[in-house]
Amino acid sequence: MMASGVRVAAAVGVLAALLLAPFAIYPVFLMKALCFALFASAFNLLIGYVGLLSFGHAAFFGFSAYVAGHAAKVWGWPPEAALLAATLVAAVMGVVFGALAIRRQGIYFAMVTLALAQMIFFLSLQAGFTGGEDGIQAIPRGVLLGVFDLGKPLVMYYFVLAVFLLGFLIIWRTINSPFGSVLKAIRENEPRAVSLGYRVDRYKLLAFVLSATLSGLAGGMKALVFQLASLTDVHWHASGEVVLMTLLGGLGTVLGPAVGAVLIVGIQNYLAALGAWVTIVQGVVFVVVVLLFRRGIVGELLARRRKGV
Amino acid sequence: MFELIGVPPQALFGQLLLGLINGAFYAVLSLGLALIFGLLNIINFTHGAQYMMGAFAAWLLLNLAGLGYWPALLLAPVIVGLTGVLIERFLLKRLRGLDPLYGLLLTFGLALIVEGAFRQVYGVSGLAYPVPPSLAGGVNLGFMFLPLYRGWVVLASIVACLVTWAVIERTRLGATLRAATENPALVQAFGVNVPRLVTLTYGFGVALAAFAGVLAAPIYSVHPLMGANLIIVVFAVVVIGGMGSILGSVLTGFGLGVVEGLTKVFWPEASNTVIFVIMAIVLLIKPAGLFGRAT
Repeated sequence: MMASGVRVAAAVGVLAALLLAPFAIYPVFLMKALCFALFASAFNLLIGYVGLLSFGHAAFFGFSAYVAGHAAKVWGWPPEAALLAATLVAAVMGVVFGALAIRRQGIYFAMVTLALAQMIFFLSLQAGFTGGEDGIQAIPRGVLLGVFDLGKPLVMYYFVLAVFLLGFLIIWRTINSPFGSVLKAIRENEPRAVSLGYRVDRYKLLAFVLSATLSGLAGGMKALVFQLASLTDVHWHASGEVVLMTLLGGLGTVLGPAVGAVLIVGIQNYLAALGAWVTIVQGVVFVVVVLLFRRGIVGELLARRRKGV
Repeated sequence: MFELIGVPPQALFGQLLLGLINGAFYAVLSLGLALIFGLLNIINFTHGAQYMMGAFAAWLLLNLAGLGYWPALLLAPVIVGLTGVLIERFLLKRLRGLDPLYGLLLTFGLALIVEGAFRQVYGVSGLAYPVPPSLAGGVNLGFMFLPLYRGWVVLASIVACLVTWAVIERTRLGATLRAATENPALVQAFGVNVPRLVTLTYGFGVALAAFAGVLAAPIYSVHPLMGANLIIVVFAVVVIGGMGSILGSVLTGFGLGVVEGLTKVFWPEASNTVIFVIMAIVLLIKPAGLFGRAT
């Protein structure tokens, strides 16, 4: 493990880099990466710390994007209210989906979440307020708290960064809390956690809801960044992408999902003009990571460090 | 003409037939998934892509080799099944003993590769595959017009399911297979080559998917993404039925297809989601699935 001094220095370094990044890199790319980094970190809370693989997280991400978009555009809500609504809707969905999905384990859990998310996809396709195939376009970013004009790219960037850091902090606090320890105990040995007297289902549900809620926050934010909410974000493809980001970065590592998100968003940008190649490359990354380094990039680095010391 | 609950009978029976056809695909695909899961403990996410490969194999056989529907119905499953054998030998084998979730992730990655590759080559417009001349036309049953080919799809699927059931429940090979599902180590100790059995089972499950793909080719257009959405519905079917019994999977598949067809008649907007809603209800009442054993 790193000494705490080194850790603090590293954290300060990363923060400084994030603050200065928009002066060197295209802000929209950075904001997209931050949205997906939060999404993947929220997803990792479930797979990495409770061992539950959800294949339906796009439902929370994508549907919240619609909610934020509708609230900001049609109801004229300010961005903070639109984001709050998006997050709350994701939380409610998390309660319903979670209560259903935790009735099954392992592989069935993945199939149940995937199927429920597909239901949300069809609802989004048919419901009037989502705009069907067109999605909700030209969503106004609005003025944050009546003071900060999010129409300006830099202001928007720092807002997105602040939301990301808030979400990340919540996740970090959660996994380093007694609650987080119980989650890890469930992951390692569920029957044992049960026999120790923990109400495993409640812990699982709470973790699921927390993960869904933060995914919704990320999705709502993405709608404001791109001023667009579309079927892409509720599609099962998006669920697969967040799995890939987390897996590539490292399941159950704090920073892994964010690293994976930046890499995958980078690949998408780089290959965007090549159509189906994005899908092919993502598939290859899946296969390679599963076969060769299941711990992911960050997990692999941590393991090497441990061996070296 | 008389009417049933305000719906003209042609529309009702027409949708029922479509429901039976979809149900046939659900049944054959979930049967393959259940077979593979039983022995490999892996949920084969590539199953939808392999169904699509079956349809494309038939199309390619017709357009490149001039081989018609009937040879394709035999050859396409063999060809696609062989690619399955390769996948098991070189990729899935390495995941033995790991958390089954990795199998899901690996086969998901494979599905992305296969579907992406076909999309890159053939685009997304879909290719037409003609109904075989011997099954063109239809018969008037009095209450409805039955296109011969559609009747054939239902019949062929039922036969495929029954043959699979008979092989597994009534033959020596099937007995070995069931034993290996229960306790692979013990069966291996009796001198059975379990790894080969595993490879062949995966190949057979994949061949079943390809068989369904060939059946589907003349009804739906041959399309790179034809299996992508279907496989998610099949997952829901599998959750509803449970993977414990073969006849259970088959009945669940056909039953849900019919329910979906009826929904199309009475409440078209809900027809896309009805199976997922049923899944949610089953999870609440009988979490292990209708034919499943509690785990």
